[in-house]
Amino acid sequence: MKLFVSEGNPHCLKVLAALELTAVKCDVQYVNHEDKVVQFLSHPALPALLLPSGQQLFSANAICRYLFEVSGQNCNDHCNQWLEWEVTVLQPALLRALRSAVLQGKGSDVSQILQSPLNFLDQSLLKGGKPYLTGEAISVADVVLWAALHPILSDSSFTLGEHPSVKTWFDQVAAVHSCQSAVQKVLQGKGLQAMKSYMQRQPAPPNSQCRDAQPCNNNPAESEERQHSVSEEECEAAALTWSKGLSSCPPTDKQHPILPQEGKRNVLVTSALPYVNNVPHLGNIIGCVLSADVFSRYGRLRGWNMLFVCGTDEYGTATENKAREEGLTPQQICDKYHAVHSSIYSWFQIDFDFFGRTTTEKQTEIAQNIFWRLHEHGYLVEDTVEQLRCEKCQRFLADRFVEGTCPHCSYPEARGDQCDKCGRLINAVELRDPQCKVCRQTPVIRSSKHLFLDLPKLESQLEQWLEKSTSTGDWTTNAKQITHSWIRDGLKPRCITRDLHWGTPVPHPDFKEKVFYVWFDAPIGYLSITANYTNEWEKWWKNPQQVELYNFMAKDNVPFHSVVFPCSLLGAQDNYTLVNHLVATEYLNYEDTKFSKSRGVGVFGDMAKDTGIPSDVWRFYLLYVRPEGQDSAFSWADMAMKNNSELLNNLGNFINRAGMFVTKFFEGCVPVMELQREDKELLAVVGWELQQYIQLMDKVKIRDALKHILNISRHGNQYIQVNQPWKKIKGDESERQRAGTVTGVAVNIACLLSVMLSPYMPLVSQTIRDQLNAPQSCVYTMLQGGGTFVCSLSAGHRIGTVSPLFQKLEAEQIEALKKRFGGQQAPFQSTSSTPAAAPAAAIKVAAVEGGDSEKAEQLAKAVAEQGDKVRALKAQKAEKDVITAEVSKLLELKTQLAVAEGKNPEPTSKKGKKK
Amino acid sequence: MALRELSSLEKYLGLKKPNKYSTQGDKKVPVLQNNQGPPLVGLITIACHLVKEAKRSDLLGESAESRAVVQQWLEYRVTRLDGCTKEDSKSILKELNIHLQDNVYLAGNHFTLADTLMYYGIHPLIVDLTVQEKEQYLNVARWFDHIQHVPRLRHHLPPVAVLRNRIYTGRHH
Repeated sequence: MKLFVSEGNPHCLKVLAALELTAVKCDVQYVNHEDKVVQFLSHPALPALLLPSGQQLFSANAICRYLFEVSGQNCNDHCNQWLEWEVTVLQPALLRALRSAVLQGKGSDVSQILQSPLNFLDQSLLKGGKPYLTGEAISVADVVLWAALHPILSDSSFTLGEHPSVKTWFDQVAAVHSCQSAVQKVLQGKGLQAMKSYMQRQPAPPNSQCRDAQPCNNNPAESEERQHSVSEEECEAAALTWSKGLSSCPPTDKQHPILPQEGKRNVLVTSALPYVNNVPHLGNIIGCVLSADVFSRYGRLRGWNMLFVCGTDEYGTATENKAREEGLTPQQICDKYHAVHSSIYSWFQIDFDFFGRTTTEKQTEIAQNIFWRLHEHGYLVEDTVEQLRCEKCQRFLADRFVEGTCPHCSYPEARGDQCDKCGRLINAVELRDPQCKVCRQTPVIRSSKHLFLDLPKLESQLEQWLEKSTSTGDWTTNAKQITHSWIRDGLKPRCITRDLHWGTPVPHPDFKEKVFYVWFDAPIGYLSITANYTNEWEKWWKNPQQVELYNFMAKDNVPFHSVVFPCSLLGAQDNYTLVNHLVATEYLNYEDTKFSKSRGVGVFGDMAKDTGIPSDVWRFYLLYVRPEGQDSAFSWADMAMKNNSELLNNLGNFINRAGMFVTKFFEGCVPVMELQREDKELLAVVGWELQQYIQLMDKVKIRDALKHILNISRHGNQYIQVNQPWKKIKGDESERQRAGTVTGVAVNIACLLSVMLSPYMPLVSQTIRDQLNAPQSCVYTMLQGGGTFVCSLSAGHRIGTVSPLFQKLEAEQIEALKKRFGGQQAPFQSTSSTPAAAPAAAIKVAAVEGGDSEKAEQLAKAVAEQGDKVRALKAQKAEKDVITAEVSKLLELKTQLAVAEGKNPEPTSKKGKKK
Repeated sequence: MALRELSSLEKYLGLKKPNKYSTQGDKKVPVLQNNQGPPLVGLITIACHLVKEAKRSDLLGESAESRAVVQQWLEYRVTRLDGCTKEDSKSILKELNIHLQDNVYLAGNHFTLADTLMYYGIHPLIVDLTVQEKEQYLNVARWFDHIQHVPRLRHHLPPVAVLRNRIYTGRHH
């Protein structure tokens, strides 16, 4: 048996003490910290014990246990518990404490880090009332804990507070001869310094701020402040930056068409194309267009060469259907709703460089070109699909347009995809007595040839590209996960053609009368929309060397952007620009439920303006609750609170006060500023917040960056509060000068805030600069590089007229809105009866009708998916309660579907009322 | 998480009466109220206690050596695996893969509590692996598949398809 130890390693203290105490016979060999004794571990682990059987122990505690057990002392529950506490609670804290003390020379932190575990140990010893941890005699737990704490507790330079029971116990164990001799061997009288080379080799604990037994529920604001207490150098650096002033030549305004430029960062931003038939709700808006808008506004301020394109996605069954219902042509339907979308986004100040649509000639041209290239390169395969066709209506029937008798339970109103009675999934061709839902004729089974994109053949190319893109670009975690799981489940060929009329025609002569399936067609819309913007669109889309592509979307759209569409482009082999940064949001709920058009729950794009709340406030709140990293919820009460506390009392109050002081005390001219230490400190803190903001925005952490803007105005408010310029202005010369400096600094911070706010609240941002009469160049100067907070309003600058920026949202107003958009009792009638809503009423009603079939389509899909899941669980013989839970979800979805289709949710009821 | 593990363990051990657990702290450390004495705290401690209660001490190792080895892997589970980052998880899988190259179970030739708790803890990692990765960590995959088929062990966790059998090759698989 052989024990390997290294000097200066506190864990070796444990085993050497245990070895001597138990008098087990064993060779000891001293090795270096880096020596790998246990081969399979990635990091060297010492101590290590080579057992007689040839097995190895690499945990100090397991070695101690073994030594004690061989000498006849077994570990009981109590002892187990201490050993587990030592590794899970005490060690992580000790590692941090030793890092601070040994490596960073911050012995003062030790007491705070170790306070909670030491308190716990002290209490336990006191309650136990025994000299040792587990009783009257020394046990393995005592040796292990003593050795762990030895480096800290034996060093009198730490002030650790009062732990009398710990002290008594520790001294008692330390007095044991074996322990003293182990200390000598491992630390050789050098104390903590002996551990330096060992500590340097320990990996830094991840997330060391908030782990384990440390009181980590500190107020985050508090700990942040402590984190950047400002040093003298930082103050001077901030003051130097401040004095630099504005850069002389602001970048020229954008000129269309925007094209990639040599030597610039060329950024192409797309937002998922909203489906034309669907009035977007707030969740859609924050997920795609608004997020993309903030980022491209920001990019322009950073001086990047940005192009932001989007448009409506117009082809597909839902549009055809809608057209039939309204007695219009599909094109007329698209024209009508495209205008609705366009006006909503312009109300939200979405600054597209071009907002196009997919039903254009360019779309046909480009989609067909990609199709032919895929065909030439052998990435399309043919297969036959059996489908029902209604001869009278002259069309193939989508599953939802067939009804018949369930082949399983004989329920007469089963649908083409699923039976509502028995819940089983059905293949439409299996239905007995199928009927076309539109004309009630009996459809016939026709087999129809279709083309499939051969994803498996493209898989290795795709993975190679993904590996590179996800590691070098800023993909959100959910985007990576969803992509990963798609690939993990294996790629299958995907059908790219449909038997429909309303779509991009398939150019292949064998597939006449067919169109491209929307998922193949829609993303090509990004290209064709750009082509409609400029003939030189290929400079953006076939130029991966010069262009960086950002795709913004909600998470349900991820696979089409990360797997399917890249496969189309890779297979086309035409040097296409593929996505570099895929930014996906989670979902936004509405007051803890889902947005639902059919139930009238939630706020939809066209209704936001009827609330009387300014577009900028909407933008602010949606971005404040942006579902970044996790789902979030829109809540009226919260919106009112954020408006009143953050916008009105914090941000608006600060900016208004700063401006008012200049107006009232200094006749509208920025006073002379003589910076003192305190002012420089503020400049440094504000500069730090600005840097954080830029770092986060560069990574598209839009919500997180917003918090730093609000932090700055908090610092500003505090600064004014402490310095009281309104009092000092009445004092003597030096006090008046002080009031001037504080006012000048404050009004310059207000100017900085206007710049930082600009991507979020463009109108408010411009209003602030107008009120301050700020030079336009300040916008570009301060966001350069890592962020430079310069004095942009120098002494003598005359500001304009200052007035309040925000209005309070009153409780009654919010209650009324909440009621109005809360759903259930015919919410739309009440909406259109409010006076302000008159012009928008027509659109709103249309939205309701448009919503139902779309909603039904989504629900039908959800029901189908849930049905699959239940079947899969049953096939796997999963736990019964798991299955029950999923089945009840399925039933719930079906009820919703029935409601959305205008049917009575009871499956036994007679024919639905629809049509 | 830990609580579901413990209740699955109880069922596996065939303990008649399910125990009541609570948790403490931010990390939700499990606590077992104990009639005979003070409450027991910690996943390993409670698990070992349950094993002894079920008179299945063989699961803790049959010799002093194997008992130490079992404890070592239990410790590995709570210190390395719990709360590990993406990067850690790769190195954990790598380490286990080498270790399991010439060990049937974690502690050698016998199934022990270490296998059970490691299985519960590593399940989320395995679920996230792609087919290719599972092939890369072949020994872990083999061990994992073996453990998930131990009768009455799996309980709260869904089975994971671990090894790919190639029946057909070609594009429509």
